[in-house]
Amino acid sequence: MAKKLLMGNEAIALGAIKAGVNVVTGYPGTPSTEVLETVARHNPGDIYVEWSVNEKVAMEVAGGAAYAGARALVTMKQMGLNVASDPLMSLAYIGVKGGMVVLVADDPGPISSQTEQDSRHFARFSNLPVFDPSTPEEAFEMIQSAFELSEQVQLPVLLRPTTRICHSCSTLDLPEMGGRKNIEGFEKDPRWVIFPSLSYRKHIQLEELQEKIGDIFSEMPYNTVTGKGSKGIAASGVACSYAGEVLSSINADVKLFKVGTPYPFPSRLAQEFMEGLDEVLVLEELDPVIEESLLELSAKNCGRARIYGKRTKHLPYAGEYSYELVRSAITKFLGIDEAAGRASINLPPPLPARPPVLCAGCPHRASFYAVKTALRKQKAVFTGDIGCYTLGNAKPLEMVDTCLCMGAGITIAQGLHRAEPDARHIAFIGDSTFFHTGIPGLINAVYNNTDITIVVLDNGTTAMTGHQPHPGTGKTMMGNISEKIDIKGILSACGVKHIAKVNPFDLKKSVEVVKEAVSHKGPSAVIFEAPCIAVTKPSIRQVVGDKCTLCKKCIREIGCPAISFNGEKIEIEPSLCYGCTLCSQICPAGAIGGADR
Amino acid sequence: MKCDILIAGVGGQGTVLASRLLAASAVEAGYFARTSETIGMAQRGGCVVSHVRIGSQKASSIIPSGMADLLIGFELSEAARNMYRLSPGGKCVINTRAIKPVTASLDSKSYDADRVYEYIKANAPRSIFVDGYALAQKAGSVKALNVVLIGVAAAAGFIPIGRDELEKAIVCNVSPKYVDLNIKAFNIGLEYVAAAGENN
Repeated sequence: MAKKLLMGNEAIALGAIKAGVNVVTGYPGTPSTEVLETVARHNPGDIYVEWSVNEKVAMEVAGGAAYAGARALVTMKQMGLNVASDPLMSLAYIGVKGGMVVLVADDPGPISSQTEQDSRHFARFSNLPVFDPSTPEEAFEMIQSAFELSEQVQLPVLLRPTTRICHSCSTLDLPEMGGRKNIEGFEKDPRWVIFPSLSYRKHIQLEELQEKIGDIFSEMPYNTVTGKGSKGIAASGVACSYAGEVLSSINADVKLFKVGTPYPFPSRLAQEFMEGLDEVLVLEELDPVIEESLLELSAKNCGRARIYGKRTKHLPYAGEYSYELVRSAITKFLGIDEAAGRASINLPPPLPARPPVLCAGCPHRASFYAVKTALRKQKAVFTGDIGCYTLGNAKPLEMVDTCLCMGAGITIAQGLHRAEPDARHIAFIGDSTFFHTGIPGLINAVYNNTDITIVVLDNGTTAMTGHQPHPGTGKTMMGNISEKIDIKGILSACGVKHIAKVNPFDLKKSVEVVKEAVSHKGPSAVIFEAPCIAVTKPSIRQVVGDKCTLCKKCIREIGCPAISFNGEKIEIEPSLCYGCTLCSQICPAGAIGGADR
Repeated sequence: MKCDILIAGVGGQGTVLASRLLAASAVEAGYFARTSETIGMAQRGGCVVSHVRIGSQKASSIIPSGMADLLIGFELSEAARNMYRLSPGGKCVINTRAIKPVTASLDSKSYDADRVYEYIKANAPRSIFVDGYALAQKAGSVKALNVVLIGVAAAAGFIPIGRDELEKAIVCNVSPKYVDLNIKAFNIGLEYVAAAGENN
């Protein structure tokens, strides 16, 4: 066995391969993306891996494979499960034959998500079991147990790590990987067709299973009770790691209940934990799932223990937990005074804010600038979507007025237009998002003849999550080349009458194209086509010459991170410039040009 | 043996590879290592922090405030932003080049690099300041900044891992076509400290 440093997502992927997974599907989403990528990278050749067009599709493809007896894994982030919730809810009734694991990564903070929703609720809502790892090495074990449990109870099983598990590395002993599971094949049976009468019968069975699974969980090594005393701490996920580290540094009698499977709640073990306790502190990120289960258990047993957590305002609902927050909660709970002896730190001088920005040379900057220029004197609202281009809301571009969820740019624009028909409504959407959920909204605009302009920012990749292929790229995760799905062809087939395609780095032409599209009555579309700079080579870098009048238009209007004013002159950082030439095209003095002139 | 190393910088500077190299070399040397990194949502240009914890089997992957034994600052203000995580007596290796964010250019708020430098010096007396970009450029690319700074920290005795393990980690974790460049950058980092020692 070799010791290896592995990221949580890599550990999960290798655990799935070890468990003999046959089919892996998913849609990219931080912090879940590397799971599927790692399976593809370590594919012994007999695992089918695909990036699906969206999470609902991915869930259904994985479900179909599991119907036939394959072990299937589907990966997504927490909001992806919203998209896939329709098949998930019904799969809980229909069940599976081969093991099916739904890897759904939550993002407390949130660090790169729209919501801080807690997927453990989806487990409870759908009556499906969920594993919640506290370290990468535990996640490696858990995914193997999840496949086994899934086959034992014939239900999909959720594995729900959080960002700090997904994106942390740990030292793992890697055993032999083993082979694939033998696939029995699909057997025709009425059990696979969801009808009301079947749903009724299945609902009864599903409810009966819940207690049984809770008992199975009580016996699993992921749930443990250690320590002694009249005070107890229940903790899960990364909060459990923080709690362990805090408790190892203080001397106190306290019982610790580590919860690795929050639903169905391991009540039998929880009861053992609660015995003899006067007070309980619950440490879990996001929602009070364990806290509420303990409250319920305590009420059922007429218990007297006081339970502290989010419901009692001892801990926050929002934001991710830290070692410091957990330490403060535990020391207060145990009555340890830590105020004394704490060294104070000198505060630093004012430091510049550093929000993430569009990269130097990013084609989205040029696209936003062209649309902004074209609509300068008009009343216009710019709806955005999910992707790197959400960053277009920042100064100085300020071209994203709304952002809600995947695919909503096109549809929110339609609602805004119905309420305010005298304004122009421009919807921005990226190429991958267009395929994900953009198309139904597009058809809706055409069907209802809503006068909006759809701007597709086609950079030829799923950039924000790390450059995954999508249907428009013609590449698959099996290393095959497939038919490229043409965005212009889709727009045309859906009935958009005015469609233009332009390279956003041709600023003059881009402005004209946008003006024409916006003046077209009825739905129109512009495709800005230029590759993401992270997957292309830089062109001739730009330099500022003597003609510069220090008007600072380049800094004021485009917000390129390569351009700055050093107090005397404008500088373009050579290590950042990609030579996109947008700055030289807008410079009124003609002072900027290629370094080769 | 326990050692907590914090890496702070700007997205795109190569901090993730730096923490992976340190942790992989620690595993190579027989220790248990954990890391935690900022990944995702167009991190380019934003603040990023990586944690490396050596000898951390029973710890979490995040270094508690005031516990870092070493802070490797890839950018001046990002180092200052994370000084509160450094332990009393902790050491620093700091790249002196300031990166001015777009926001600072827009509202013409100054980024007083000299003041930031003085702050770090006053609060972490055991600091090495180095023009990392100049050294990386000497090796052939500014992208090798991460390996230069690791070389400086290793030569200064701030990292409890031998040069051989660090070199092996570079060879195993860097794309084959950039291995030579990175080994060169690592050695330039090592030599920088030796030369500075002779000058004193």
